[in-house]
Amino acid sequence: MNATDNAFILICSALVMFMTPGLALFYGGLVRNKNVLSTLMHSFVLLGLASIVWAVIGYSLSFGTDFGGIIGGFDFAFLNNVGPGVENSPAGNLPHLTFMIFQCMFAVITPALISGAFAERIKFSGFMIFTTLWIIFVYSPMCHWVWGGGWMGEMGALDFAGGAVVHMSSAAAALACAIMLGKRKGHGREAFIPHNLPMTILGAGILWFGWFGFNAGSALAADGLAANAFVTTHMATAAGLLSWIAAEWLHGGKATTLGAASGAVAGLVAITPAAGFVTPMPAIIIGLGAGVICYGGIMLKNRFGYDDALDVVGIHGVGGTWGALATGVFASVNAEGLLAGHANQLWIQFVSVVATWVFCFIMTAILFKIVDALVGMRPSEEDEVRGLDVSQHSETGYQL
Amino acid sequence: MKKIEVITRTFKLDDVKIALTDLGVKGMTVTEVKGFGRQGGHKEVYRGAEYQVDFVPKIKIELVVEDERVAELVDAVRDAAFTGNVGDGKIFVSPMDEVVRIRTGETGDEAI
Repeated sequence: MNATDNAFILICSALVMFMTPGLALFYGGLVRNKNVLSTLMHSFVLLGLASIVWAVIGYSLSFGTDFGGIIGGFDFAFLNNVGPGVENSPAGNLPHLTFMIFQCMFAVITPALISGAFAERIKFSGFMIFTTLWIIFVYSPMCHWVWGGGWMGEMGALDFAGGAVVHMSSAAAALACAIMLGKRKGHGREAFIPHNLPMTILGAGILWFGWFGFNAGSALAADGLAANAFVTTHMATAAGLLSWIAAEWLHGGKATTLGAASGAVAGLVAITPAAGFVTPMPAIIIGLGAGVICYGGIMLKNRFGYDDALDVVGIHGVGGTWGALATGVFASVNAEGLLAGHANQLWIQFVSVVATWVFCFIMTAILFKIVDALVGMRPSEEDEVRGLDVSQHSETGYQL
Repeated sequence: MKKIEVITRTFKLDDVKIALTDLGVKGMTVTEVKGFGRQGGHKEVYRGAEYQVDFVPKIKIELVVEDERVAELVDAVRDAAFTGNVGDGKIFVSPMDEVVRIRTGETGDEAI
């Protein structure tokens, strides 16, 4: 065990944990005030639910003994054989428990990301059951495929910190949920204006802060690779912020604060798969691309007519896909992409992108159908109009 | 007695208040309101989605005064709130039947 690495990754785990309340604020500010608590809850409650599911079965399915490249075994279920030593640890320099808890925080935030798609119109009971199943049947296999010795990693797909595992998977799920749940009542007629953008800006800032743990920590050591990932993360995010507001300034006439926050998140998403494989200048290109492409990505929902309430597909789906492909183009650190003469890497990235979208979309649709049949996913029209805060939680966010 | 209601731009509140207190007005009630008239609303854009916001924020000032003071106070308010652009607002004057001061039970002009 390396004590320095252990200290670093434990701190990174705490940083990644902090992203989930950050995401809660990011999303919470974007909804109408009658749904602020339910939206916060969709993220915050997963610090409880996803953590327990992870300890009971998720971690084992992700990092247990490989079965055919598809799924891990039950050897780590209930955290059996996961101890304070390095025995069985997927990272030989870290206590197994450290590796497990770092990965746990990823399993918490990923389903929270989906919640932006079904904000303002989902039953809490349906959400809890759906999310539990999703971690077991979608997140854990994806995590195993990429990082746990599964086929995608073996194929050579590059995903440093979760472009496929976290962002594309949650976006594909978001798309399925948005389509199957239908539009919010009043969509297209009423104005769905964010009720508290300062909350959203603060949330974006917390995400940016926590993302250093997410990406630099994915080096799994306190080394130069972590420094590289830290810097590329920051530069791509800075570039994404600027390019998004530049795009909307030219296209819509004004640079907006929501645009700055969205562009920063787009940059963070896009650099996630690439952070440890590219140098800072390509990271800036990836970030610049992310801001512009994701700004275009959010227009997709208007064209196709699904109600992805908080733009999970537009930002995490489009940004994650761009980042995965860009990794295949710009990789030069511990891997070689298109510009380093390995066009094949781009092809591998493309295959991983398609497989991720197809698998996660279909599995999510199946799980959604099952839970919808069991308890129902959509609240009654009356409950939706009253707001989910009162109808699902018997609370209101603001007493004014 | 008359009630004067002034609906005008939010940033003019202080100017109007000072103009009225300078003329000896002892009290008023202020409310943040939303509405539209000839000024109409404005456009807001969130992630490229445009929304027309019809109701614009205004301030409503209410005060009750003796009949003979109405003309001078209305003039003072108009001077203070004037910018010359659409959206300066309106002043409504209406009759007030009765006023009672809760603490003392005084009524009419005494209670103002």
